[in-house]
Amino acid sequence: MNLSLDHEMLWLMGGVLGLLALATAVGRWIAARVASKSARATVANLNARIRAWWIMVIVFAMAVLTGGIGSVVLFAFTSFLALREFITLTPTRVGDHRALFWVFFVITPLQYWLVATRWYGLFAIFIPVYAFLFIPLRTALAGDCERFLERTAKIQWGLMVCVYCLSHAPAVLSLDIPGYRGQNAKLLFYLVAVVQLSDVLQYVWGKTLGRHKIAPRVSPNKTWEGFLGGILSATAIGAGLWWVTPFTPLQSAALSLVITLMGFAGGLVMSAIKRDRGVKDYGAILEGHGGVMDRIDSICFAAPVFFHLTRYFFTFP
Amino acid sequence: MNGELIANLLRHGTGIHARWIGCEPVTRQRIYFANHTSHLDAAVLWSALPANVRALTRPVAARDYWTRGRLRPFLASRVFNAVLIERKKPTQNDNPLEAMLAALGRSCSLIVFPEGTRNPGPDPAPFKSGLYHLAQRRRDVELVPVLLENLNRILPKGEFLPVPLLGSATFGHPIYLQKSETKAAFLDRARAAVTALRSP
Repeated sequence: MNLSLDHEMLWLMGGVLGLLALATAVGRWIAARVASKSARATVANLNARIRAWWIMVIVFAMAVLTGGIGSVVLFAFTSFLALREFITLTPTRVGDHRALFWVFFVITPLQYWLVATRWYGLFAIFIPVYAFLFIPLRTALAGDCERFLERTAKIQWGLMVCVYCLSHAPAVLSLDIPGYRGQNAKLLFYLVAVVQLSDVLQYVWGKTLGRHKIAPRVSPNKTWEGFLGGILSATAIGAGLWWVTPFTPLQSAALSLVITLMGFAGGLVMSAIKRDRGVKDYGAILEGHGGVMDRIDSICFAAPVFFHLTRYFFTFP
Repeated sequence: MNGELIANLLRHGTGIHARWIGCEPVTRQRIYFANHTSHLDAAVLWSALPANVRALTRPVAARDYWTRGRLRPFLASRVFNAVLIERKKPTQNDNPLEAMLAALGRSCSLIVFPEGTRNPGPDPAPFKSGLYHLAQRRRDVELVPVLLENLNRILPKGEFLPVPLLGSATFGHPIYLQKSETKAAFLDRARAAVTALRSP
């Protein structure tokens, strides 16, 4: 996984940093001009989000620059934190304790070890087959049958979303695309940038023009205006980034559309879980954003689909 | 130095989130009393306090547990500055109440678990009378109820390997012993003050 830092990567990173600098300037400009109390709270939250974005972008850029292993470790750690938030919200019992220990300290690291060693065959089935069968067995051995199926299902669901799905993002680094060897870091950057830009743009369009709610009971902040504006503008930016990918502009637009739609789906589904559990955020670790899970819900849904579409259409000549 | 490092480890390991909803984290003399579900409780509640408050706050813990092995006595005496009390057979010379009063002194605060032992159930067990006697002898000290959540999921009774979930400590409004309040009524009120901190 030796990844070189080429001109295109420099442009990508420069672009993102420039965008953040612009956002910081605009955030300050707005903060100096708002008067009403509720608007000031919104702007304070916006600026907190931008500050957190700086940290996230710098950490992500450094991970990508260390070559493959840095990205794998970063995503593994992110999975660990997200799973921690997810299981904390899930009412497990003492009988699940040993199974959870396996989930956190054996299954999660192993899944990312499979990413790092590029063992695709086992990577693709390790959690859906082996962990799937092992977890209920370990819980059954603990002997507590109360709500057994519900508890097991929740642990497995958390493992699938927080670990299995997210691990497909760094797995993009191991795709062997003819004519694109050694450049996969840009593809990972592309995936993460399009997903996160789509989130940000949906937020911006929704805050400025949003009127008609899509699913008011699940996520009161999601509007048709935010959805359409965010998806279309992020897809346009994704299409415009075709030169860092192995895709043509049209292919890049199609994949960006899929990425943004999946990202929207992830946000909506993870919101439904939050509403069910009666919380607004999964945690409080990222100022303004909430928990880790609140920030990566869209990547969790977009990464596996992007990975498999790219693998199916572009790795076999 | 050592203490700060261990407090940091405990805070990150248990993801403890301190919510001060009934009072502020200040150094005035207090007795923090909490529900008890895990071996982690005393150490984690201590680590959740800000460093300046922590330096003046001493957990009250069972001598039989904290003197076993090598690590626990070190942590109890060097790091937590714990007040170790005899809970099995107190005598005239070895009286937990006197030990706690001596530890309070003029500036220190205490962390106590009035249930006396870890209780795996969803509700705290009835409180033992130590808290009442402390309240009676030191009416100037604030009694702060604390609800610890999820620590029993991180390290349940009977398990030795922790699972890294996120714990929380909620600090409520201070209570005081009222004039002519009976022991039973006070202990019930104190216990209710802890359970009232559950998020709805």
